[in-house]
Amino acid sequence: MKIGVCIRRVPDTEMRFAIAPDGQSLDQTGLKFDISDFDGYALEVALRLNEKHGPGEVVVLSVGADSTQEIIRKALSIGADRGIHLAAPQVPFDGLSIAHALAAELREAGFDLILFGRMATDTGNATVGPMTAELLGLPCVTAVTALELAVTDGTGTGTATRELEGATESLSFPLPAVLTIDEGIARPRLPSLKGIMAAKKKPVESRPAALGPVRLTIDRLELPAERAAGRIVGEGAEAVPELIRLLREEAKVL
Amino acid sequence: MANLLAVAELRAGAPRKVAFEVVTAARAAADASGGGEVHAIVLGGAGAASVAAQLGRYGADLVLVVEHPALERGNAEVFSATVAARLRTGGYRAAVFPASAQGRDLAPRVAAALDVALASDVTGFELRDDALIARHPAYIGKAIATLRLAGTPALVSLRPGAVAPLERPRAGTVELLEPGLDPAKARVVVTAVTVRAAARLDLGEAPVVVSGGRGLKAAENFKLVEDLAAAFGNAAVGATRAVTDDGWRPSADQIGQTGRTVSPSLYVAVGISGAIQHLAGMRTARVIVAINRDKDAPIFKVADYGIVGDLFEIVPRLTEEVRKARAEH
Repeated sequence: MKIGVCIRRVPDTEMRFAIAPDGQSLDQTGLKFDISDFDGYALEVALRLNEKHGPGEVVVLSVGADSTQEIIRKALSIGADRGIHLAAPQVPFDGLSIAHALAAELREAGFDLILFGRMATDTGNATVGPMTAELLGLPCVTAVTALELAVTDGTGTGTATRELEGATESLSFPLPAVLTIDEGIARPRLPSLKGIMAAKKKPVESRPAALGPVRLTIDRLELPAERAAGRIVGEGAEAVPELIRLLREEAKVL
Repeated sequence: MANLLAVAELRAGAPRKVAFEVVTAARAAADASGGGEVHAIVLGGAGAASVAAQLGRYGADLVLVVEHPALERGNAEVFSATVAARLRTGGYRAAVFPASAQGRDLAPRVAAALDVALASDVTGFELRDDALIARHPAYIGKAIATLRLAGTPALVSLRPGAVAPLERPRAGTVELLEPGLDPAKARVVVTAVTVRAAARLDLGEAPVVVSGGRGLKAAENFKLVEDLAAAFGNAAVGATRAVTDDGWRPSADQIGQTGRTVSPSLYVAVGISGAIQHLAGMRTARVIVAINRDKDAPIFKVADYGIVGDLFEIVPRLTEEVRKARAEH
């Protein structure tokens, strides 16, 4: 199968953040970047599907500045076959603008399956995957936690599971399709030394991203208000009655 | 005067709490604009119209219902096509979806179909003459973005729990609507919806959440957390990523960056150190209680009340005291 995996370069969210002087973006100083968490799961799913269903190709696509090529190379070292870098000096916050660029690239490319992570860990938008599906007119299932495909002679169907709040949904869909992948579906493998060497020879094409219009922008970015300092009520089980009193009389939650 | 469309969610034939939240938020925005109309839209199987009427209590002037036997379990393609068709012709200034699994699936499809702006997972929004302004926690809640949405209609998905349902009764007149896509033509079909034990409260809706971490040492010790949740009577049980990764709890119970985001009135963290990954999912709780043996654990920096010590002694005592306190009410 020919599988496309759309990945995104995001800052490591474990780091301390500061707001840039423009008041609209993060101060990039000292930030570390990597493939967005959920996109790592999507890549793993793609690799496993082709290992299971016979020969195929895994193509990673990413929209971004030249620095985006780092994560494309990383995906190649993990096992993807080739990369497509859709160059844009700035990645807009508007997911629909990005979806237009990806759809333009994917439309005539003959992918059997197009995978995304459920959500980018920087924007928290979770929009580019289903938007791209809509623009391409392809079936779409979001936040997939389990996946089975039945493929014969280039046609196929799939069944997927997704978590609703308090319920699990099972769905069936035809290929080609767009899926967004939730974490936990398959533990991502790490790049091997062999993989890193091989990645250097794998092709990465770069061309300008055909971004769509931008209608969603950031006016202001702020650090959240710190929670007021709490207090240690006490040590050990003896502190429980005082905690109960505080929850009743002060916090009024009991 | 602005009219808004609220996209309400049914589960097993009944509106979910988020349905009342989106109608409440749409009502507030319409009122703030000088008194426009709020239309709620629902899609479901037979009987959907009879349950949808209650959305009027929260401020819906009109309740649009797509009732079809094939839509008992929902269908994103049919729902998004129906919402898109309504928005195309209905003269709405904005549409409010819930940022639930269903709403986050629908809203981007509708935005792409209409070529309009969507802000996801917002905690609040307001209509201005030239734009919709929304607040959205980005970078797993480590930064708050104020977003500007140009164009009409502007779409938002509203974070569950961000707006408390408020009764402001309106007519709630029910009008049946044809599906925007023949359900027989949908390519993706929901073959089953398995609802977990009905008695269990959903993490996103429970007023109290009791969560356990690695400090519990073994899967079977989660009984302590479950007992404490049972003592509250209105609590759901959550867990950290470490715990769900180890299979002590199902992954659906995970609270944090890669799991659920919850904003209960009370959050009790048991044996949880407070990694950023976890804090991202619970820092907006109104009151946080932490029980941990390490007095320097980061969880105590966000907790309103902490007890330092052995959870295996503290939690059973707390369970007993909570049970007593509840019995007195």
